[in-house]
Amino acid sequence: MGALELRGVTKSFGSTEVIKGVDLSVKDGEFCVFVGPSGCGKSTLLRMIAGLEDATGGDILVDGKRMNDVAPAKRELAMVFQSYALYPHLTVRDNMGLALKQAGVAKSEIKVATDRAAAMLGLEPLMGRRPAELSGGQRQRVAIGRAIVRTPKLFLFDEPLSNLDAALRVATRIEIAKLHRELKATMVYVTHDQVEAMTLADRIVVLRAGRVEQVGSPMELYNDPANTFVAGFIGSPQMNFLDAASLGLPAGKVGIRPEHLTISRDQGEIPAEVSHVEKLGGETLVYARNPQHGLLTVRLFGEHDFEVSEKVHLTLQRERMFQFDPDGQRRR
Amino acid sequence: MSARTSLGRTIAAHAILLTYTMIALFPVFVIVINSFKSRKAIFADPLALPMPDNFDLVGYQTVLKQGDFFLYFQNSLIVTVASLFFVLLFGAMAAFALSEYRFKGNTLMGLYLALGIMIPIRLGTVAILEIMVATGLVNTLTALILVYTAQGLPLAVFILAEFMKSVSHDLKNAGRIDGLSEYRIFFTLVLPLVRPAMATVAVFTMIPIWNDLWFPLILAPAEHTKTVTLGAQVFIGQFVTNWNAVLAALSLAIVPVLVLYLIFSRQLIRGITAGAVK
Ligand SMILES: Nc1ncnc2c1ncn2[C@@H]1O[C@H](COP(=O)(O)OP(=O)(O)OP(=O)(O)O)[C@@H](O)[C@H]1O
Ligand SMILES: [Mg+2]
Repeated sequence: MGALELRGVTKSFGSTEVIKGVDLSVKDGEFCVFVGPSGCGKSTLLRMIAGLEDATGGDILVDGKRMNDVAPAKRELAMVFQSYALYPHLTVRDNMGLALKQAGVAKSEIKVATDRAAAMLGLEPLMGRRPAELSGGQRQRVAIGRAIVRTPKLFLFDEPLSNLDAALRVATRIEIAKLHRELKATMVYVTHDQVEAMTLADRIVVLRAGRVEQVGSPMELYNDPANTFVAGFIGSPQMNFLDAASLGLPAGKVGIRPEHLTISRDQGEIPAEVSHVEKLGGETLVYARNPQHGLLTVRLFGEHDFEVSEKVHLTLQRERMFQFDPDGQRRR
Repeated sequence: MSARTSLGRTIAAHAILLTYTMIALFPVFVIVINSFKSRKAIFADPLALPMPDNFDLVGYQTVLKQGDFFLYFQNSLIVTVASLFFVLLFGAMAAFALSEYRFKGNTLMGLYLALGIMIPIRLGTVAILEIMVATGLVNTLTALILVYTAQGLPLAVFILAEFMKSVSHDLKNAGRIDGLSEYRIFFTLVLPLVRPAMATVAVFTMIPIWNDLWFPLILAPAEHTKTVTLGAQVFIGQFVTNWNAVLAALSLAIVPVLVLYLIFSRQLIRGITAGAVK
C-alpha cells in the first residue's frame, strides 16, 4: 500500500535538463528523505511524484501502477508545503475536509476523519478558526492534518519545517516521526536540514544537479560515503578533506570527520595554527589552518581552551579516514 | 522625540496630499457650484459660491425636461457596468492562463495581448464601424459594450498577469492535489487574492468608458442609445451654448461614477489591509 518507484525519470524546462535520470524505489511504509544543495531538483522531483509537473521521460509507479498520466487528485497522495498553503477563505475544519468533500465523501464521514486527525495533532480548539488567525506552527500542524485526513498511500513533504523557529522545528519533527510510526504510511520528505534528514529517515537520497549520488540509511551514508560529495554533505560540521599525497598515500583526497581528528599542543603529524574556536558547551569546535591542507575542523567533547593563532598539531585516526581518488570516488 | 518627528512628517504628508486633492478637485468644484447659478452669475463671477441672490436651478430644470436624461443615464450605466464585467472576467481569465500555464508561444501571446495598450483603438474606428454596420449592431448598446471590452482588455490582462504571478504556487498546487478543478482554483483561490488589482483595473477601465464621447457619437447616436456624455452635447451649440444645462448635466454625470468608484476603492483598501495583517 504505497510503494513508490521511479524509473529513469527526467525533467527538462525548455532546453535545461533539471532531473537527469533518477532511478529509485521506496518501499511501502518507508520514510525516504531527499537531501541536496539548493537548486539540485529536490522540489521538482517531489512535484513530479505528486503530478504537479509532467515527467519529460521515465516512469513513476505507485504500487506497480504507472502514474505519469494520472491527475494529482487521483494519485492518492497528500502533500505538505513549505509555505503551508492553507486556503485563506476556509476554516481549519474545512481546510482539512476539502479533499474528501471533493471526492464526494459523506459529511458525517468527513467529520469523523477531521476529528481524528485533529485529535492526533491537538488541533481541536482551532477547528473553527481561519488560517489568518493561527500562528506559524499552528498553520503547519493544520497543513499536516490536512494531509492525514485523506489517509493517502503516500505523504510528500517539501521542507515543511523550514519556516518555523528552532524550538518549534524540534517539536514538529518529533511529531512527524510519531505520525510515521502510527500511520505506517510511505513518506517522502525534502529537507536542507542535516538533523531532520538523519533523525527522520529510514533511507536518505542524496541528490546533486539532478542525479542521485547515493542512497542509503543515515548511518550507511555517514560511515560509508561513495564519494567526496556525499561525504561532505552528510555530517555536520562538514568532513575535512586533506591532500592525500602529502600524507604519503596514493594521489587524491583523504576525508576525515572533525570528531576523528585529535589535537595536541606538543606533537602530531600535521602542524597547524588555530584560527577560530567555537565553544558550544557540550562540545568545542577548533578551526586550525595548515598551509597544505587549508582550514581543518576539529570537534572535541566538552570544554577546551585554545587561543587564536596558537600553534597546535593534528593527528588523523587512520582507521576512521576515507580515501578518494582524484575524481572524488571512494577508493575501496 | 520620535513622536514629534513622526507628527511633523504626518502634517507635511497631509499638507501635500491636501494641496494635490484641492488642485485635482478644483475643476469639479467649479462645475458643481456653477451648475446651481443663473447664467448671468456664471459669467459675472465664475468662482462665487451659489448665494440666494444668484441661485438658480434652471440648468437642472432644462436637463430634466429636455431629452430623456434618465434613459441616457441608464444607457451609460448599462454600457459601463457590462463592459467592466467582461473586461474583468476575460482579462482575469487570460491573465491566469498566461501566468499559470507553460505553453508554446506564451510570451508572444502575452505581448500580443498587451499590444493594445500602445495602439489606440480609435485608429480602427472606420473598420469597427464597417463591422458594426455589417452585423447590424449600429445604434445598439451591444456595439458599445463590445468595443469598450476590447479597449479595456489589454491593460487588464497586463496588470492582472503580473499580480497573478505573485499568487503562491503552493496554494494552487494544494488545490490541485485536493481535487479542485482549474476553474475552482481560479475563482475561489486566485481571484480573491488579486482583488486589489481587480479594483485598480476596474477604476482605470471605468472612467474612460463613462466619459467617452467618440464611440457613442459614431456607433450609437440614436436617441434610444445615447449615453450621458453624448446627451449633454445637445446643449452645446455652434453659436450658443446653454451653459446652465451643460454644467447641470455634467454634475449629474459625476454621481453614478462616484458611487462605482467608492465601491471599488473599498475593495482596494480591504485587499491592502487583508494582506498587511496576514
Ligand atoms: N518552472 C521552472 N522553470 C524553469 N526552471 C525551473 C522551474 N522550476 C525549477 N526550475 C529549475 O530547476 C532547478 C531545480 O529546482 P528545484 O526547485 O527543484 O530545486 P530544489 O532542490 O528544491 O532547491 P531548494 O533547496 O532551493 O528548494 C533549479 O535550477 C531551478 O532554477
Ligand atoms: Mg525546493
